[in-house]
Amino acid sequence: MTATQPDSRAGERTPVPLVEVTIDGVVTEVPKGTLVIRAAEDIGIAIPRFCDHPLLKPAGACRQCLVDVAMPDREGNVRPMPKPQASCTLEVTPGMVVSTQLTSETADAAQRGVMEFLLINHPLDCPICDKGGECPLQNQAMSHGRGTTRFVDVKRTFPKPLSISTQVLLDRERCILCQRCTRFSDEIAGDPFIDLQMRGARQQIGTFDETVLGFEGQAPVGDAQIDVSGRPFASYFSGNTIQICPVGALTSAAYRFRARPFDLVSAPAVAEHDACGADIRVDHRRGVVLRRLAGNDPAVNEEWISDKDRFAFHWQSAADRLVAPLVREHGGRGDTDDALVETSWADALDVAATLIAERRGRLAALPGGRGTLEDALAWSAFTRVVLGTNDVDFRSRAYGDAAEEQVLGSHVAGSGIAVTYADLEGADVLLAGLEPEEEAATIFLRLRKGVLAGRASVRTVAPLLSGGASKLRADLLTAAPGTEAEVLDAVAELGSADRPGVVLVGERLAAAPGGLAAAVRLAERTGARLAWVPRRAGDRAALEAGLLPRLLPGGRPVDDAAARAEVAAAWGADELPAQPGRDLTGILAALAAGELDGVVIGGVDLDDLPDPVAARAALAAVRAAGGVVVQLEVRTSCVTPYADVVLPVAPPSEKSGTYLTWEGRPRPFAEVFATSAMSDAAVLGLVAAELGLGWADDGAAKAPAAWTGARLTVDATRGAAADAVEPPALGAGQAVLATWKLLLDGGRGQDEEPHLAGTARRAVAQLSPATAAALGVTGAERVTVRGPRGELTYPLVVAPMADGVVWVPTRPRSTGAGSDTLDVATLGARAGEIVEVRA
Amino acid sequence: MTNSHSTLTPVLTDIWDAPRSWTLATYRDHRGYEALAKARDTAQADLVELVKGSGLRGRGGAGFPTGLKWSFLPAPDGGPRYLVVNADESEPGTCKDVPLMMANPHVLVEGVAITSYAIGCDHAFIYLRGEVVHVYRRLLAAVREAKEAGLLGDLEITVHAGAGAYICGEETALLDSLEGRRGQPRLKPPFPAVAGLYARPTVVNNVETIASIPAMVLGGSEWFAGLGTPKSAGHGIFSLSGHVTRPGQYEAPLGITLRQLLELAGGVRAGHRLKFWTPGGSSTPLLTQEHLDVPLDYEGVAGAGSMLGTRALQIFDETVSVVRAVSRWIDFYKHESCGKCTPCREGTFWLQQIMHRLEEGRGTADDLQSLSDIAGNILGRSFCALGDAAATPIQSGLTYFRDEFEAGCHTPARELFPPHRSVLHATDSEEVPA
Ligand SMILES: Cc1cc2nc3c(=O)[nH]c(=O)nc-3n(C[C@H](O)[C@H](O)[C@H](O)COP(=O)(O)O)c2cc1C
Ligand code: SF4
Ligand code: SF4
Ligand code: FES
Repeated sequence: MTATQPDSRAGERTPVPLVEVTIDGVVTEVPKGTLVIRAAEDIGIAIPRFCDHPLLKPAGACRQCLVDVAMPDREGNVRPMPKPQASCTLEVTPGMVVSTQLTSETADAAQRGVMEFLLINHPLDCPICDKGGECPLQNQAMSHGRGTTRFVDVKRTFPKPLSISTQVLLDRERCILCQRCTRFSDEIAGDPFIDLQMRGARQQIGTFDETVLGFEGQAPVGDAQIDVSGRPFASYFSGNTIQICPVGALTSAAYRFRARPFDLVSAPAVAEHDACGADIRVDHRRGVVLRRLAGNDPAVNEEWISDKDRFAFHWQSAADRLVAPLVREHGGRGDTDDALVETSWADALDVAATLIAERRGRLAALPGGRGTLEDALAWSAFTRVVLGTNDVDFRSRAYGDAAEEQVLGSHVAGSGIAVTYADLEGADVLLAGLEPEEEAATIFLRLRKGVLAGRASVRTVAPLLSGGASKLRADLLTAAPGTEAEVLDAVAELGSADRPGVVLVGERLAAAPGGLAAAVRLAERTGARLAWVPRRAGDRAALEAGLLPRLLPGGRPVDDAAARAEVAAAWGADELPAQPGRDLTGILAALAAGELDGVVIGGVDLDDLPDPVAARAALAAVRAAGGVVVQLEVRTSCVTPYADVVLPVAPPSEKSGTYLTWEGRPRPFAEVFATSAMSDAAVLGLVAAELGLGWADDGAAKAPAAWTGARLTVDATRGAAADAVEPPALGAGQAVLATWKLLLDGGRGQDEEPHLAGTARRAVAQLSPATAAALGVTGAERVTVRGPRGELTYPLVVAPMADGVVWVPTRPRSTGAGSDTLDVATLGARAGEIVEVRA
Repeated sequence: MTNSHSTLTPVLTDIWDAPRSWTLATYRDHRGYEALAKARDTAQADLVELVKGSGLRGRGGAGFPTGLKWSFLPAPDGGPRYLVVNADESEPGTCKDVPLMMANPHVLVEGVAITSYAIGCDHAFIYLRGEVVHVYRRLLAAVREAKEAGLLGDLEITVHAGAGAYICGEETALLDSLEGRRGQPRLKPPFPAVAGLYARPTVVNNVETIASIPAMVLGGSEWFAGLGTPKSAGHGIFSLSGHVTRPGQYEAPLGITLRQLLELAGGVRAGHRLKFWTPGGSSTPLLTQEHLDVPLDYEGVAGAGSMLGTRALQIFDETVSVVRAVSRWIDFYKHESCGKCTPCREGTFWLQQIMHRLEEGRGTADDLQSLSDIAGNILGRSFCALGDAAATPIQSGLTYFRDEFEAGCHTPARELFPPHRSVLHATDSEEVPA
């Protein structure tokens, strides 16, 4: 567990004075304010405990940690305190003398007494309990409990289990009421999805439940957020309660009864679902991952992870996992008879190499943003050295114009670690195009921690104050989609001497006209630091590797000869293509127009692209024109039907590598277990080798040392107030579309996780009261949103937000048999564009 | 006047027998609100000094020096600070605050006004036990009358009816409850004086404590200190209940003895003799016949191994089974445990099962040892004093009446002590009136 020592970063805070205490005869010095239990830990003395958790506020509820304490009085005579003290709530004071169970009869007797109390009502079902084998109660009962019980009376029982959500189950008779789960929900996540109820021996943890509470006809008050399963409170962080529950009271539907902890092999890993780089632990048995837990990295995720990072891992071994390479057999005439068939690696590499060699210089690369730094560098080298082009773009989302590449190339790539999680905890933060709870869960928790501690403050430029933003106590700077630049330009101050300013820019801001340039202006105007928070684990690495048409590794501009020469040298190539390439839109257009003969594509879900229909049309055009599509993928995807060669690559668990967090922090990880699956880098290396090409002796593409030359420049006046485009005028029945992805949605990374899916937020359309009235939908239960390509119907929520705007989630998981998917792509409209809304 | 009458010091109880004693008019006829006027002409710090000098100790049970408590408030910072009057009175046997507020709510309201002025509070709260609806009405009416008569100035007094939980008498649980949360005690520090109601500096005092202020302002701290004993100054209400001839409220200087009080109350029920008693409610260890001359002040009762508590003297004669009495008290504590901490929550759950078994005469050889171990494991290890209180009757019961607990291993209490004999007007019928 984390020792919550005060932040040790030099110069950031005044040093805490030390206090001298004696624990079990050992004299030690600890910072003032340290809890006795922590001071004891420091010198290797473990005091048993249950409710204590270093990241939660002290509760003093379980009373397991009682110790004997004596303190000097005014005259300096050390006097014993009359009662044993809870070491998890007591701060050390100078001259304090602590005797733990090791040296004090009283402390030992008190601890044994409490342990006996905890066990009288605890079921003896360790052999079938998920926690058995890794249970603090079991362990400490062995070390501090009686061998046999003398409780001969009737134990407390409850109907079991209580399903808190579709994922989290509660067996109340196992609960020791330590309140760790409720304190986590309240103090850390800010989600009141569980709480204590009843009292005395009937006290229990529960959700809002009329029958337990003895209420009639009363619903929860406050902003209850209904999840997909219809429960009034949803939390994206509920899994943490399972992990910190010191008994087996909380279990997950996904893991319950599936394994014994002592049969599992644990491996450290890094979560792959966002750009936060959360430390996780993967537990597997005979090549099958059974669960994931939060790791402990005080610099990154502390001890918490989102439910997505915890529960969404079956995608890596899903039924549609590609196990062998596929090549298209051109059997009969016309496309219909062509089929992808399994083949050997030797054959597949041969086919791929041949197809690529025939079209060198006329192929593009779409490498996605999910890879490791090693994979990204390999893609970058492959594109430049093997494909001989700069037609490469890792983005699979909307991004507007060239401004994004300029800003990323000038302010982010090669900038190292500019802003850290620890910085956020004490910063004046402005969020632009970013919903941390949905898009970067670890940032959300860090910001919330800072805000609750009174050290951080948050403003958000958005069309509405989301649930997540309100848990950050954020001030809303209301911006209808398209007006972000204007709102950012109006921000006069950000940051102060003791609370430095930070602009956290989400990837969505790139799609807002002039948004990124305005964010840069704001940072320059206020002296705030700017950090880019993309959504995918590999986005920052892709940027650093130069997976953009005008960028080479380290932020080197493609059109800089010295930059090209450095990179060419690092890759052992004679020269690199000098002509800046096409970006995503350009590549797709060129494919459709036959200007390009094909594409090497990996890690891209066509439905994530700004225009999935156009993307499909482009790939279909390639096929029709006899071009080539080479796919590198973990699972069969919507690209596969267009592919000529499909090369399976390893999911994160089966390879090693390094993710870069949004901060730029390297997060290296080893493979969880060995399989024959190869990383993108290895596969690309084999294809290159087949062509007699390569970029290093050992196959790994290296990034040259830091670039000191010129960088891309930002056109700083872009989108400035003077030439701001007027937002489009709304006609009757129209609204501007606002949308973003929710943490739990229809993404393929959450496939095959039904229990997790039930805890997603319900997909609703949101309008302001004035807009609802103007549209004539006030009081309607559902509204239909119509775009150029199609329409979707959502339950309506009317709440304060920007007028003239309709918000819907981008891509919620379809909620059951028969019901349509609510993918915004169906509308054919993007954020900032006009849609029609009717009842 | 007879000797025994002069023992009484009716200050708080002085006008209880006046017609319509609860009205503003009656109160004013008896110098009501004169103290408030006088206080308003006194510097705030002098009032705190007055209370300090008087030696007044909190009447809610713990006996903490009241003036000292007030002086713990940090210097004013411009933000609100609160006075909260603890009127939750739920301790078994304790019955002084409710009759006081019923008979003379204005003395409390005046005390609240003076205290609020002294500590710089603009909004005071009276947290009343929810079941006593008639008292609630009287308090509301008294606050309204005082307000309408312009006596309170800008002071806001909110009378809040709780939901009837013993734990909500514990001052920090009370504050949580008042804020609209579950009533469970808070971790201290911070103490209420620093971060109490809505995390602002707060003084929490018992009804009787606050009601004692007006007379002290008029009479002076020396007058007050002249009553009672050196370390337990002043007058207090002694509530006699149970097997006494004239149960009721007897207001006397601290340090009076049970023997003197019994004389005033006409003695133990005719034809019976004292068996055991509580000096201050069920949370204070039992005392017996041998303690009749213990001075009922903080030091005296502590010296006898018990606590003065709330001066709730419950008198039990020889017809009462200690096992049954303790069993009922344990039922109470088990029911009222808030559930926050392990020893109290689980310990009372266990004690109850053992006590019920002993009461039925089905105790086992190990039960007595278990009882004393469990009580020992609760006492001093719980989060708040409710747990300690639950251990108290068990431990003192075992100390003085171990044989009755042993008898619980073979004979039901109802056979040893037929319940019908204990009812106040005992008959030969075995029917126990409901
Ligand atoms: C379980 C429990 C119940 C209590 N109930 C009351 C009560 O009903 N009234 C009261 O004045 N104090 C009660 N107290 C004591 C209060 O916590 C607090 O000490 C008191 O209100 C302080 O006021 P005083 O200093 O004027 O006595 C209780 C304490 C505990 C532990
Ligand atoms: S469910 Fe677990 S974490 Fe929550 S109170 Fe019970 S034992 Fe503690
Ligand atoms: S002793 Fe513990 S369980 Fe009992 S009332 Fe106090 S805090 Fe609650
Ligand atoms: S660990 Fe200290 S009281 Fe629970």
